[in-house]
Amino acid sequence: MKALVFLEHDGTTSQPSALGLLGKAAAQAPGDVAAVVVGPGPLDALVAEAGRHGAATVHVAQHDALVWPLPHQLIDIVEDVVCSGGYDTVMFSTSVLATDVAAGLSARLDAGLNWDLVDIATEDGRLIGSRPALGDSVMVKVGWTSAVRIALFRAGSFEVEALSSGQPRVEHVDATRLGSQSVRVVDRTVRETTRSSMEDAEVIVAGGLGLGGPENFALVEQLAALLGGAVGATRAVVYKGWYPPSTQIGQTGKTVRPQLYVALGISGAVQHKVGMKNSKNVVAVNLDPSAPIFDVSDLAVIGDLHTIVAEVIELLKARKAT
Amino acid sequence: MKIAVCVKHVPTGQLRFDGSQERLDRSGPGEINPGDTNAVEAALGVRDTHGGEVVVVSMGTPQTVESLRTALAMGVDRAVLVTDPRAAGSDLVATSKILAKALERENADLIVFGQQASDGLGGAVWSAVAERLRLPFVSQVIRLSITGGGVSATRQTEIGDDEVEAPLPVVVSVSDAMNDPRYPSLKGKMAAKKKPLDTLSLADLAIAADDAGPAGSRTVVVAVGPSPGRADATRVEDEGIAAKAIVDFMIERGFA
Repeated sequence: MKALVFLEHDGTTSQPSALGLLGKAAAQAPGDVAAVVVGPGPLDALVAEAGRHGAATVHVAQHDALVWPLPHQLIDIVEDVVCSGGYDTVMFSTSVLATDVAAGLSARLDAGLNWDLVDIATEDGRLIGSRPALGDSVMVKVGWTSAVRIALFRAGSFEVEALSSGQPRVEHVDATRLGSQSVRVVDRTVRETTRSSMEDAEVIVAGGLGLGGPENFALVEQLAALLGGAVGATRAVVYKGWYPPSTQIGQTGKTVRPQLYVALGISGAVQHKVGMKNSKNVVAVNLDPSAPIFDVSDLAVIGDLHTIVAEVIELLKARKAT
Repeated sequence: MKIAVCVKHVPTGQLRFDGSQERLDRSGPGEINPGDTNAVEAALGVRDTHGGEVVVVSMGTPQTVESLRTALAMGVDRAVLVTDPRAAGSDLVATSKILAKALERENADLIVFGQQASDGLGGAVWSAVAERLRLPFVSQVIRLSITGGGVSATRQTEIGDDEVEAPLPVVVSVSDAMNDPRYPSLKGKMAAKKKPLDTLSLADLAIAADDAGPAGSRTVVVAVGPSPGRADATRVEDEGIAAKAIVDFMIERGFA
C-alpha cells in the first residue's frame, strides 16, 4: 500500500481525526505513507506535525487562493499528487470538505470510494475496510476493484499518537493553476470556536429538542457539573437559540469522543450521530422507543427525561454526600 | 430557469439486507429521502420567484415512482425515473455516471441535491455528479439566491458560514436546515397523477452494461458480520427504575 492522507487544518494544527488516520496508515505501511497539506500561509509547522504523526513525505500546495479552499481546487491538487506520486490509496477523515473532495476524486479517477469506515487492514494481501451498517448493528467488510482506492473514515476513528520525531521529505505541488476558479468564497463568518472543554472532556452531557425548552438546559448543566463534564447541544436546539453554537455536536458542529456521552432528549439524526458515535460509553434518555440514538447507545432509557434526570441528579448528590 | 432535483427512494422502518446479504432490501415500503424534500422545497422556491420548470430525477427500483409522486404532489412539474435491473448494486462511481447521463438530457441551469440519504448509502453523490458534468458545485447550502447569471449561497461547514458565488449552470446540495419542506396538499396529490413521469432504461441513456451495477462499480462487499460495538446494549423501559439504572451504569463504568 502506498497511501496518501489528506490533512485538513486550521492554519496551525491539523484535525486530530486526520492525524489519527495518518498514524493508522503509517502502522499499515511504515515508511510509505505521505500526507498532503494545502493552504495560503507558511505550512512548516503543519509539515513537521505530519512527520511526527507518521508521514514520510508531505506534499505541500501553497497558494493565496487556498485561504478558503473549495473542493474543486483540492480535487485538482490531490489528483496531481496521486498521479505524479503513484499512490494507490487515498485516505480522508470525514468532514464537509473532505467528503466532497473524496467523492469528486472518485468520479475524476473512476476510483472506488468506501465511506464511513472505522477501520482498515490487509487481509490475505487485500486491503479491506470496515463499515458499520444497519444502525451499526452489523459490520460490513468492503474492498476495492479499482487501481486507486479512496477511503473516507468516520471522524475520531483512531487515537492520535505521536510516532516519530523525524523530519519528513517535502515535495512542493505546483498550485499556480488554481488562480481562476468559477466558484468563489467571498466571505467567511467563523463560528465562535472557543475550543471548549468539550473536545477534551471525559464526560459530555448533551441536550436536544426533547428537553422541551431552553430553561431545561439547567438539568443538563446540573448533571454535567456532577459528573465533571461539559455540556453539548444538537443543531436543532442551537438553531432555536436554546444553547450557544459553540456547543453544537454533529456534522456541522464538533466531533467528540468522550469516555461517557449522555444524550438527553436527542432523537439521533444521522447529522448528530456522526459527531458522537465514537464515544466510549453512551447513555440515552428519550420518550420515543424507536429513536435512532438508541442504536448507538450502551444504555437506552425510554421515558420522560425530566423526572428521570431530576432523580439521577438526586441519586448522584446523595452518593457524593456519603 | 430550468431546475433539476435529484431524489432517492429509501426504505422506511427497520433497515435490513436482502437475500444476497450485501445490499439493502428495497422491496418493502419506502419514501422520499427526508433530506431530499428540502431540495425539492429549495427548487420550488427558486421557480416560484424566477419562473421556469422543476423536474425531479431519480434512479432506483420501480417503487421509486412513489417518491417521485410525492415530489410532484409538492409542486414539481415533471419526473424522470431511471430504472433498470442492471443498475441494481451500483456504487458511487456507477451511480454518478448514470445520474450524470440522465441530467445531461435535461440541461438544467440549476441542479439540486438533498443531504445525505437516510438509508446510510450516501457519500456525496452531488460532488461526483458535478465532476462528471464538469459543473461547479456548492454543498451544505443553507441559503440560496439567484443573481443574474449565477447563484449566491451560504455554505455551512464545521468552521462557520461561507458566502459563496458561482455561475450558472451549477450543482448545489442543500442542508436540511435550509427550509421547512411543504406537505403535499390533497389538491397537489390529485394534480400529481396527471403530471408527466418518464421512465428510462440504461439503453435509453446509452449506458453500456459494464458501466452500471456491480460491473460498473469499483467497490465490493467482502463480508457482513456482527458489529463488535454496543452489542451488549441494555434497554430500560420502566421509568420507575430508570434513574437507578443510569446511576448504576455510571458507577459500574467508573464515572460516579
